[in-house]
Amino acid sequence: MNDHIIEVKHLSKSFGDKKVLDDISFYIKKGEFITFLGPSGCGKTTLLRMIAGFLQPDEGTILMDGQDIAPLPPHRRELNTVFQRYALFPHLDVYENIAFGLKLKGIPEKEIDQRVRRVLKLVAMSDYEDRDIDTLSGGQQQRIAIARAIVNQPKILLLDEPLAALDLKMRKDMQIELKEMHRKLGITFIYVTHDQEEALTLSDTIVVMNEGKIQQIGTPVDIYNEPVNCFVADFIGESNILKGRMLRDRRVAFIKHEFDCVDEGFGEDVPVDVVVRPEDIYFTKDPEKCQFKAKVNSCIFKGVHYEMWVDTDTGYELMIQDYDPYPVGSEVWLYIDPDDIQVMKKERTCNVFEGIVKSPEAITIFGEDFPLACEFEPGTHVRVEVPFRGIDLMDNLDDGILEGEVHFILYKGDHYHLTVKTTSGDFVWVDTNDIWDKGDLVGVTVKAETVTVTKADL
Amino acid sequence: MRLFRRSAWALPYSIFLMIFVVAPMIIVALYAFGFREGHFTLQHFVKFCQTPEDYRTFVYSIEIAIITTVFCLLIGYPAAWIMANSKLHRSKVTVLLFILPMWINMLIRTLATVALFDFVHAPLGESALIFGMVYNFLPFMIYPIYNVLLKMDPSYSEAAQDLGASPWKVFWKVTVPLSFPGIMSGILMVFMPTISTFAVAELLTMNKIKLFGTTIQENINSGMWNYGAALAMIMLLIIGITMLFSKENDETEKGGLL
Amino acid sequence: MNTRKILANSYIWILLILLYAPMVIIAIFSFTEAKVLGNWTGFSTRLYENLLSGGVSSGLIQAIKNTLIIGIISAVLATILGGISAIGIHHMIGRKKRVINFCNSIPMLNPDIITGISLFLLFVALGVTQGYTTVVLAHVTFCTPYVILSVMPKLKQMNDGIYEAALDLGATPAIALRKVILPQIRPGLISGFILSFTLSIDDFAVTLFTKGNEGLETLSTFIYADARKGGLTPELRPLMTIIFVVVLVLLIGINLFTHKQKEKQ
Repeated sequence: MNDHIIEVKHLSKSFGDKKVLDDISFYIKKGEFITFLGPSGCGKTTLLRMIAGFLQPDEGTILMDGQDIAPLPPHRRELNTVFQRYALFPHLDVYENIAFGLKLKGIPEKEIDQRVRRVLKLVAMSDYEDRDIDTLSGGQQQRIAIARAIVNQPKILLLDEPLAALDLKMRKDMQIELKEMHRKLGITFIYVTHDQEEALTLSDTIVVMNEGKIQQIGTPVDIYNEPVNCFVADFIGESNILKGRMLRDRRVAFIKHEFDCVDEGFGEDVPVDVVVRPEDIYFTKDPEKCQFKAKVNSCIFKGVHYEMWVDTDTGYELMIQDYDPYPVGSEVWLYIDPDDIQVMKKERTCNVFEGIVKSPEAITIFGEDFPLACEFEPGTHVRVEVPFRGIDLMDNLDDGILEGEVHFILYKGDHYHLTVKTTSGDFVWVDTNDIWDKGDLVGVTVKAETVTVTKADL
Repeated sequence: MRLFRRSAWALPYSIFLMIFVVAPMIIVALYAFGFREGHFTLQHFVKFCQTPEDYRTFVYSIEIAIITTVFCLLIGYPAAWIMANSKLHRSKVTVLLFILPMWINMLIRTLATVALFDFVHAPLGESALIFGMVYNFLPFMIYPIYNVLLKMDPSYSEAAQDLGASPWKVFWKVTVPLSFPGIMSGILMVFMPTISTFAVAELLTMNKIKLFGTTIQENINSGMWNYGAALAMIMLLIIGITMLFSKENDETEKGGLL
Repeated sequence: MNTRKILANSYIWILLILLYAPMVIIAIFSFTEAKVLGNWTGFSTRLYENLLSGGVSSGLIQAIKNTLIIGIISAVLATILGGISAIGIHHMIGRKKRVINFCNSIPMLNPDIITGISLFLLFVALGVTQGYTTVVLAHVTFCTPYVILSVMPKLKQMNDGIYEAALDLGATPAIALRKVILPQIRPGLISGFILSFTLSIDDFAVTLFTKGNEGLETLSTFIYADARKGGLTPELRPLMTIIFVVVLVLLIGINLFTHKQKEKQ
């Protein structure tokens, strides 16, 4: 057989109207440490609870060692969970908490004793057997929760943001211990977190999720160095995400300069998104190496490095991290290695909406009428293309034709690329130089002169 | 300036408590121990031990109280559990319906029970008494258990299932132990009143069965204040023991479910 | 899973039917004239008319009046006394606080028969004639602790500094109490008042022992005396039905109200 301990195929789940998991498929290799990473609401905890058995999928299958586990209730699945708030039983002491699962299996007293003591040693909590739960600190409860799970020797350990409630120092220490534990035990760890640093530190494989969909699966290094789309690039680490144009294989233009890069296969003269990490922009005094110039706007000491914002000679803002500071106001010479330029396919180049012609002066999109003139008969299904600059956002909700909320903001060096979610649940993408906050309520209108209307093929 | 100190604001009430709470209790004790006649004596307590009718009533009342409490627990816990379990029961109105009787005058409730028994032509007597007691006090058992179950963190149940406990085991090994504070509350709120009621028994058994409360009442009404006071102190003793017992359980139970 | 749901819900509904059967039967038979409950002599509202006109049952009407008046007076007194005392106790420390807390809890822990007897003996010892006043005093005694119990949590939640801030800004203690502390504890006072009123009109044993021999009756004592005479006075049926309906409407109304409040937030 193969070494896939978990196989998930086309998993979907909705809560009411909201689709929380959208056609998820992936596999997990035996013994690996895999982390599901994403912002709150991306579906990662739902996925974990489905694997544990506390939720049933609407569609799709979950296989463990080749067997469909969907019909199995949680107490019959051979995995154990470390809960986010530990869920240690307050009416039992440490020993009894850990022994709980073993007693249910009917294991003889002597063996229970041995296993409990062994696992307490593993989590460095020997001598705590008789303690009451409420006398333990957060970090100690954490270890007991882990002990209680692994003493049952499960094939898979599920961890639901276990370090979320700990302070920073404790969290970093526990991360190291968890990694050690994984190495020693050799079982599969499935970990859920929203902290990208944690994911990068602990995992063999990371699954980045957003809005119920998988964005990217890869090793920490891959995900960091080669994000496949803007979301992953923005979520993991700091990045400069810029609008660019792929001129031809291994040659890309952005910030109004041309650069050599290592990506191929995008075609010629194709719009793309480009990601450059702040630590990958270098300063030089050598005119041969200098690719472009900029003026330093701010310079902040961050402990390990300095974080600087610069204005390029072509009007773009970039973030740079370097070990040496450069004074504010000074002109600097910069270059980027071809290796450090990550080109990503654009998910879309403009908004494409489905509309129905209402009259020669109006088209209905998302249930509202837009004042767009066209030549088609009323009732015709049309395809309305609106460029990102063709959408206007208004402070006053009544000034807009649609109402929505700013859902996601991406800074692209010289403008903001916003994702706006309308009250009807549809998405609209906008380029603007105005500064908005995530969650702002906006009115949405369209600049009629930028719009292209074509007949839709049904 | 003294009025500015707010701790002085409790002074009027302190005096009130002395007069209307502490003094009366002392007077009862004085009567019980015979000070009315001028010297300390235990003769009234001795009389209790020597009157079979009275101490048998006492024991019987405790029996009835225990039976009532047990019935209320057996009937009430499942009801509370079902209502707190949103997978089984969605409506919040039913809790209201269980609480409502608590707000209706107890005598009215008791008379209504008598009416029911009359209507069904069932004889009044011991079974009517127990039915009436359970009927009267069931909401007092359900409400605290319901509250505790409602507030209980669902992740305890999930953790137990995750560790291999079937739903049945989860109930006995996790849910019930963790709902213990509610159970204790309910037991107290049922046991104590059932020991001390008297009107209910008289009405529901047409005076055929006497409970200890009635004994006390009769003695006071007929002027046997010393003896009545002694009996009252015996009842207080039982109540005191019950409360000590429940306090002890409260402390050994690490039920942080407040 | 569905069978479990059906079984569970049936259990609840059967219990509720048993719980309400007595009251429903009385309600049904309040609409007939028969003297004995169980005989249906045709639909009639005579009993309601009798009840409300006060002819046959003037004693009952008087008892109801007494119950309500005593209830309101006791609740008002208990709320005022309890409110001020709660503030006082909140600011006490050490042994005095523990003593007063203990004494305060005695009326809540004592069975009502003990409270009744002890107050009876007190009034006898003081040589006081028992009647309205003694009943009200008795009710205040067992209601005030509950008011204090309702108000204390609000005090604990409150920021203590606001009283001093008010004094600092020129308020006298009375004004500070009225304008600053009162609004904070108002929910506790209201629930304490309602609780006191309910306890008072519901009370039986304490009233029985403190009402004296001058004919003062409250609803509970009247019913008790009446029932001992044998049988159920027919006019009590419509009365019980009315009380039942009033309580039902009140409870549902209050709950809808608090539900709407919660939804607003």
